[in-house]
This record gives sequence, C-alpha cells and structure tokens, in this order.
Amino acid sequence: MGACRERLYNGVVKENPTFVLMLGMCPTLAVTSSAFNGFGMGMTTMVVLALSNLVISAVRGIIPDRVRIPAFIVIVASLVTIVQLLLQAYIPVLNDLLGIYIPLIVVNCIILGRAEAYASKNPPLPSMFDGVGMGLGFTLGLTLIGMFRELLGSGGIFGLQIIPERFHISIFVMAPGAFFVLAGLTAMLNRLKNRSNGGAGSGGQGTVCGHCGGCGNLLCSVSREEPDHLSGASDAGKGGSV
Amino acid sequence: MTENKLMQVSASPHGRSSASTSRIMGDVVIALLPAAIFGVVYFGFHAFLVLLASCVSALLAEYAFERGMKKKLTLSDGSALVTGLLLGLNMPPEIPLWIPILGSFFAIIVVKQLYGGLGQNFMNPALAARCFLLISFAGQMNSFSVDGVATATPLALIREGERVDLLKLFLGTCGGVIGETSALALLLGAAYLLFRGVISPRIPLSYICSFLLFEMLFAGRGADWQYLLGQLLGGGLMLGAWFMATDYVTSPITKNGQMLYGILLGILTGIFRIFGSSPEGVSYAIIIGNLLVPFIERITMPAAFGTGRRQYVKKASKG
Repeated sequence: MGACRERLYNGVVKENPTFVLMLGMCPTLAVTSSAFNGFGMGMTTMVVLALSNLVISAVRGIIPDRVRIPAFIVIVASLVTIVQLLLQAYIPVLNDLLGIYIPLIVVNCIILGRAEAYASKNPPLPSMFDGVGMGLGFTLGLTLIGMFRELLGSGGIFGLQIIPERFHISIFVMAPGAFFVLAGLTAMLNRLKNRSNGGAGSGGQGTVCGHCGGCGNLLCSVSREEPDHLSGASDAGKGGSV
Repeated sequence: MTENKLMQVSASPHGRSSASTSRIMGDVVIALLPAAIFGVVYFGFHAFLVLLASCVSALLAEYAFERGMKKKLTLSDGSALVTGLLLGLNMPPEIPLWIPILGSFFAIIVVKQLYGGLGQNFMNPALAARCFLLISFAGQMNSFSVDGVATATPLALIREGERVDLLKLFLGTCGGVIGETSALALLLGAAYLLFRGVISPRIPLSYICSFLLFEMLFAGRGADWQYLLGQLLGGGLMLGAWFMATDYVTSPITKNGQMLYGILLGILTGIFRIFGSSPEGVSYAIIIGNLLVPFIERITMPAAFGTGRRQYVKKASKG
C-alpha cells in the first residue's frame, strides 16, 4: 500500500501535471474560466486517467511493443466515449460547459504520458493510483486557476458573487488571464518549493558589477623615463646626470 | 634637464556623452508637460488627480517590487515616472482613480519588472497596461466627457461620417483621453525632444507618412484632406508616434529598422482604424510592433566594416 500512497503524493505534489510537468495545457488554459469548470474538467480527466491506467496496465503483457501507441489511444478513446455518454445522461450542465473539451481528453498529454511512462511498465493497482494521483493533481491545478480567474474576472468563487460588477477585471476570464494566472501560480509554487529546499536558487543573485572607474589608474599609470636615464643606475629617483 | 613626465594611458571609451537614463527620462517628462498641463486645464481637476494617481502608483510599484525582490532601487532614473505619466495621459478624464492605479501596477510589475526591469521589457509598459485596462474595463475606458457632458471622440465622429473642426482638433478642445487631444501641445513637446536629440524623427515621420498613405489608399475617401487631417490630429496618433513608438527599449536600434518599424506601425494603425471594430488603433498597433522589433533588428542589422556582404545575424539580437 506504500507504493500506492507514494503515487498519490507524486501526482499531487511532486510531479503535479499542471505546475510541475506542464502537461495538458490545452484544457488548463481553455476551460478554467471559472472554478466549477476547472473542477469538472479535472474530475472528468481523473476518471479517464485512473481507468485507462488500470486497463493499460492490465493488458500491458498482450500489447506488442510496436503498436502500443495506437492500442493506448483506442483504450483511452473508448473510456472517454463512455464518460462523455455518462456526463450527457447524468450531469448535462457540465457537458454543456465543457463542450468540445470532453472528447479532446483523448489527446490530453497527461493520459498518454502516464500510460507510456508508468502504466505500461507497472502492475495494475499502483498504476490506477498513479492515475488517481495525477488526476487529483490536475484537478487541484485547474480548480486553483479557475478560482483565481473567477475571483478576479467575474468576482465570485464557485458562482458565489463577492465582488461588485464594477470592479471585475474581465481580462481574467479571457485567454490572456489564463496565462497570467498560470504563470503567477507556477512562480509562487516554485518559490515555495525553493524555500522548503533550503533556499537553493531563491533570492537575488546579487551580481554587482565591480567598480570599473578605477581601472584606468590601476593598470596604466606607468611612469616612463627617458631612455638615457635607464642606463643611469640605481639612484633613478634623482633623474641622473650627464 | 628633463623632468619626469607622468603620462597616462587609459582604456577606451575616451569620449563620453553626457546622456544618462535620468537625463533622457527627465527630458521626456518635460516634453510631456505641455500636453499634461493642457489636459488638466481643459478637462479639470479630476484629470490632475488621474495623472497624480498613475505617477505615484507607478513609483510605488517600482519601489515595492525592487524592495521586495532585494534589487537595486532604480526610482531615480525616472523611467517609472515616465511610464506612470504616459499611462495617465492615456486615461479618459473621468475615470475612477483605482483604474489608473491598477494599470500602473500592471505596467511596472508585470510588463516591466517581471521581464527584468528597464531595458528588458519587450513591450511599452504604459501601452500594455492601457490595453490591459481597455480589455478589462471596456465601458469605463471608452466613456469620454468634457465638463461632465458625454462626448464622442473626433475619430468616432469621423467614422460616423460627420465633419469635425480641424482647428479644434489641433488645439485640443475636443473629447479624448487626457493627453491626446491637443496636437499643438504634443508637437511642442516633440520639438523639444528633437531639439535635445532625445529622439530622432525617423520613427514618427515614417509612421505618420505611411499611415496617411494607407488611409489615402484604403479608406475609400481618396485624398480628402479634411478626412486625412482629422485622422491625423483626432486620435492618439500624435501621442503614440512621438512619445510611445520612440521608446528606446521597445524600438529597433538600426536606422533602417526604425524606418521599417515606423512603416509597419502606420500600416497596422491604418488597418485597425479602417477595418477594426473600434475607431482607435494606435495602442494595439504599437504593442504589436514592439513584438516584432527583434525580427526587424535581425533583418536590418548592418554588416561590420570589412566583412563584405551583409549577413543575417545568427543569434537573436537584443530586444
């Protein structure tokens, strides 16, 4: 069970797909205009991810190595179709909100990435937990981004209005806002991580340029003497005599 | 008897210009003053508050960020003040004060400091902040009024097909953002900058000429001087061409590149004004032009003396 817990921690914190691996950027930027959208997208992806990892891991001995990518895609596409039909039947609101991005889960890099990197090499149970961990990390990332965008752009959290409409910075619910929030959150998390790693890589470099003004005097102030004085021996200070 | 001669040999450069960042920025502030004073006198006290708020918050943002990041304080070079002033001049006169403050913080922290401070930003901070605000608060950023009476900007009137009084546009007694209305005040400032050698006329003139040519060819009005002068004097073109497009950091350093950049800005502004949904297009044209500056420099980099035919610089040149 230790391996399974480690997988969960790995997915949510250590290799968080949104803030660390930077995978699945398309849904991350496109559907996170509100916290609920982000949460729904994350959960849907998590279900697909956990099941696809489980199935792929279970059949990993049967799939020939050379056709593994098409085989993975077929499995993932079947699962996505099932999930989409279930959403249409039971949560039509979410289905309408996410629209085209549900079928696009098939080509989400996280799913193929985990299948290739983990599920095709490990037994089913840890693989499933790997999928759940990654899915939770993805959900966390999307929900956080969605929360900030919703709060700044349309003044609410999960649909609860707390900021009057006059103060809505509506660029945050548009495409540029997604980039601002993603970059800001990633920078903040990196900062936290650097600090917990003993401050490595944090803080300013303090590259202060040396005082260049002095070099003229240091290098070049050479007093020259007349050539005939050079022959005049040790008491050069007096400047010799003819 | 000969004396001991002490001769000094120093490393180059031997000749130094007296230009420094703070002197240049000071000149820009002086050059913007006529437009700022006109805006305050014409639009009233609230315009003064808007300018003050944007300048103070720009300085505050710079100070807070540099203190927080333990960087060298660069308040005294005046670049934050110029950014704040330009942003304030780009605000409608009756805007609530928190909007320019938010804009200044965005300009300084996101556009300038996060990319490494003065000299590293790839976009004009004031214009990027203006576009940020324009997208975010379309309603408030587009409501212009004079003495409490809502008015349309000259460009909007021209687009409706109405005739505008060109003398009013030249003097600046018309609607618009605080700093753009008076072409006379802006030209005074521009003349000062040219006289002091802070800017060269290459970018502004190629910008304005190519813009006029584009309007003549594609606006469907031909060489209608009334229309062309209205387009020239009525919007943010004067402010943009003389003060924003000539920003050292975000314009090309090569001479041919500057001409090319000006022509590009003229064409983009023409496209936005004629075919776009908004009557104004200077800000977007300039920030898109800013993005293309590294490429412009790359194709216009002159060959070093003695190296024969010009070769494209392999590495990306400085932006």
